[in-house]
Amino acid sequence: MSDATQPDTAKAGPVLAADGTPLKRSLARSLRVQKMRAMALIAPLLIFVLVSFIIPIGSMLFRSVENGMVEQTLPLTVVELQAWDASTGELPDEPLYAAFVADMVIAIDAKRHTRLGTRMNYEKTGMSSLFRKSGRQIKKLDPATDGPFKDQLIEIDKKWGEHETWSVIKTHSVAITNGYFLNAIDMQRTPDGAQAQPEDKRILITLFKRTLIMSMIITCSCIALAYPAAWLLANLPARSANMLMILVLLPFWTSLLVRTSAWKVMLQQQGVINDVLVWLGMVSDASRLVLINNQTGTIIAMTHILLPFMILPMYSVMRTIQPTYLRAAKSMGATNWTAFWRVYFPLSVPGIGAGSILVFILSIGYYITPEIVGGTKGVFISNRIAYHISSSLNWGLAAALGTILLAVVLILYWAYDKIVGIDNVKLG
Amino acid sequence: MASLTPISRKPLSFVLPTTAAFGALLGLFVGTANGSASLGILIGAVIVAAMGAVFILGLKNEQMAKWIAIVGVAALGFFFAGLPGAIIGALSGWFFHWITYWLYEGRYRAKLLPYLSGRQVLWHYTFRVICGSIFVFLITPILVVMPLSFNAEDFFTFTPEMLRFDPEGYSLKHYRDFFTNNEWQRSFKNSLIIAPIATVISVSLGTLAAIGLSQSHVPGRRAIMAILISPMIVPLIISATGMFFFYSDIGNWLEGTLGLPKTFVGYVKVVLAHAVLGIPFVIITVTATLVGFDHSLTRAAANMGANPVTTFFRVQMPLILPGVISGGLFAFITSFDEVVVVLFVGSASQKTLPWQMFTGLREQISPTILAVATILVGISILLLATVEILRRRSERLRGMSPT
Repeated sequence: MSDATQPDTAKAGPVLAADGTPLKRSLARSLRVQKMRAMALIAPLLIFVLVSFIIPIGSMLFRSVENGMVEQTLPLTVVELQAWDASTGELPDEPLYAAFVADMVIAIDAKRHTRLGTRMNYEKTGMSSLFRKSGRQIKKLDPATDGPFKDQLIEIDKKWGEHETWSVIKTHSVAITNGYFLNAIDMQRTPDGAQAQPEDKRILITLFKRTLIMSMIITCSCIALAYPAAWLLANLPARSANMLMILVLLPFWTSLLVRTSAWKVMLQQQGVINDVLVWLGMVSDASRLVLINNQTGTIIAMTHILLPFMILPMYSVMRTIQPTYLRAAKSMGATNWTAFWRVYFPLSVPGIGAGSILVFILSIGYYITPEIVGGTKGVFISNRIAYHISSSLNWGLAAALGTILLAVVLILYWAYDKIVGIDNVKLG
Repeated sequence: MASLTPISRKPLSFVLPTTAAFGALLGLFVGTANGSASLGILIGAVIVAAMGAVFILGLKNEQMAKWIAIVGVAALGFFFAGLPGAIIGALSGWFFHWITYWLYEGRYRAKLLPYLSGRQVLWHYTFRVICGSIFVFLITPILVVMPLSFNAEDFFTFTPEMLRFDPEGYSLKHYRDFFTNNEWQRSFKNSLIIAPIATVISVSLGTLAAIGLSQSHVPGRRAIMAILISPMIVPLIISATGMFFFYSDIGNWLEGTLGLPKTFVGYVKVVLAHAVLGIPFVIITVTATLVGFDHSLTRAAANMGANPVTTFFRVQMPLILPGVISGGLFAFITSFDEVVVVLFVGSASQKTLPWQMFTGLREQISPTILAVATILVGISILLLATVEILRRRSERLRGMSPT
C-alpha cells in the first residue's frame, strides 16, 4: 500500500464488502465458516477414532494403576487395616478378624472372594487357594453371633495367623497402586516400600533388555542390507529400477503370515536352508544348524519382514542425491571411498534415520513372528503381554508392561516426527 | 544402452584363471558332496579352464560353444545327482560359457566409464553381486513356498520325489483341502466379510476427514493428524489389549441391553476394530493425493453453478479417486492380514484366515497353510499391480510425468 492512499481510507472509514458489512468482519465470518466446514468433515472420523481407539488405550493405561478390588471386596477390613501397624510384627486384633469375616460372608455370597484370591496370588503365591479353601469354612459362620473370630480363623487355616498374610493384604489395599509397574520392572510392593523380586522371579527386565537389543540387531542388519539395495535402486536407469522395485514391494504386500510361514519352512531342521547346506556338504547331516525357535530365527525372519520398511525411505532420500556431487568430488581428487564417505553418505543419513526409527518402532512391538519362530528364547515383551492377557489373566501387569512399551514407542515416534515429519510418511 | 567404451579382446592369461576360479567354486560343492573337497576344486578348475581354452582357440563359434557347454555340464550333473543335478549342470554350463566369452571379448567393460581402473571394475561387479544376493534374500522365502504347496506328502520340506521332478511327488491335495475343509472355508468367508466392510467404513470416513484436513484453515491440524495416524504407530499388541477390554464391555452392553445376537455383535466388534486400524493408511494416501489437487477447479465448478455435493462427486472425486482406491487397498490388506487384534477381540465364530493360519503354524502343522500362502501371494501380486497402475494414472491426471 502506498502512502498516497493511506489518508484516503482513513477518511472513508473501514473498507466495506459488496453487501455493506465491513470487510474485516466479512472475512472473519468466511474464515469461521471455512473452519467449521473443515471441522465438520473431520469430526465423524475424529470422534470414531477417539471413542474406539484413544479411549480404550487410555482406559487400558488406567488399568495399570487401578487397584480397587481389595477395597471393594473387603471395605470394613480395609478400615481396620489402616489402624493396624504392620511394623510392630504383631498380629492384628480381634476387631479386624471380625470385620474380615463380615466382609467375607458378603463377598462369598456374591462369589467375589475367589477373584480377590486370584488378585492377591499375583503378589504372594498360595493366596488363591487360601481364599478359596477358607471361603468354604467362613461361609458357615455368622458374623453377628459366632465371635470371637481370631482363633477360629487361625483354626481354619494357620496362614491367617501369619503376620505376612495380613501385611500383604494391607500393602495392596490402596485404590491406586504402583504395584503393577514395580512388578513390570521386577520389583514388588512390600510393607517396607519397593524391593527387588527374588532372583528366580526376575524375568521381565531380561525380556525388556532382550527386546531392545534384538530390535537394535534387527535394525542394524536392516541398515546393512538395505543400504546397498537402496543405492542400486536409486542409481539404476528407471526401467531396471522399477523391475527391481517389484522384488521389494512384493514382500511388502505379501501377508505377514505367509512370510512367517515361509521362514518356518526355510529355517527348520529339515528345512530348505539346512537341506541345501547338507546337500552341498557344508554341514553334516548329524549336526544340522538350529535356526528356528531361538533368537537367530527371530532375527533372520524379522530382518526379512522389516527390510522393505528400511529400503523404501532410504530409496526416496537417495533418489534426490545428485550423482554429479560424487563426480565433482572425484574430479577434485577424492578417492572413491573419500567421495562416498565425505559426500554421499552424509547426504543419505536422513534416509537411514527415518528407516531405522520406523523399523525399530515396528520391531519392538512385534508379536506374531517371535511367537512362531522365536521359541522361548527369541520372544519379545509383546509375547509376555499377550500371555498375561490370555493365559495368566494378570491384566494389571499386562497393562503396566504395555504402558512402558507404549511410552518407549511414543518417544521414538516423537523423534521420528521431529526428524522426518508425519506428513512425509509415504506408502508404496 | 549403447556401449560407452570400445571393447577389445583380453589375453587368455587373464580369462582362463578367472573362469577356472568359478569352476573351482562349483567343484568345491560337488567335491564336498562326494567326499573330497580338494579333488573337486582341482577337477572343477581344470574342466572349466580347458573348456574355455578349447572354445576360444579351437572352436571359434560362440553359438555352438554355448550348446556344447550346456549339454556337457548337464550330462556331468546328471551323472552325479540325477535330474536336479542335470538342471543345475545346464545352468552352470550356460554360466561358464557366458562368463568365458564375457571376459574374453571384454564385454564387461562395454557399459562402464572408459577411465575406470581394473579394481573399480571389479568392485562394480562385486557390488552388483552383493545387491543381487540381497534381492534374492528378499524374494526367496516367497518363491520357496509355492512349489512346496504342491507337495504330495504332509511335510513342510522338499521330498526326494519332488527333487527328482517325479509327478508322483506333486499333487493338488492341499488346495483341495483348503477348498473343501469347513474350518478353512469358514475362516476364508469370515475374512471376506470382515475386510470389505471395515474397508468401506475407513475409506468413507477417512476420505471425508482427509478432505477436511486439506483445507487451508484447520485449527489444531497437527494434533488431529497425530490422533488419526496413531493406530498405525501404537504397537498392535497394545491396540489389541486396549480394544480387548473396551469391546468386551461394548459387546456385553449390546448383547445384554439391546438383545442383539452374539455372532452379529462379534462381527461388529471385529469390523470396527479393523476399520480403526485401516484409517491411517487412507488418511496418508488421500492427503498425499490432495496435495496435488488444484482448488481453483472446485471454485470454477461453483462459479458455473454446481452445488458442493455435485462439485464433490463430479469434479473432486474423479481426480482423487486413484488415491482413495489405493488407500482402500491398504486398508483392505491391513484388515485381511490382521491377526493380533482379531485374536483378542473376536471369538471363535469370527475366526479369520490369518487367525486360522496362525493357529495352524502353532499347533497342527499342515501344508494346507502353504497352499493358502500361495493363494495369498497371488492376491498380493494383483493388489500390487493395481496400486502401481493407479499411482501412474494419478500422476498422469495431475500432469506429472510418470516415474
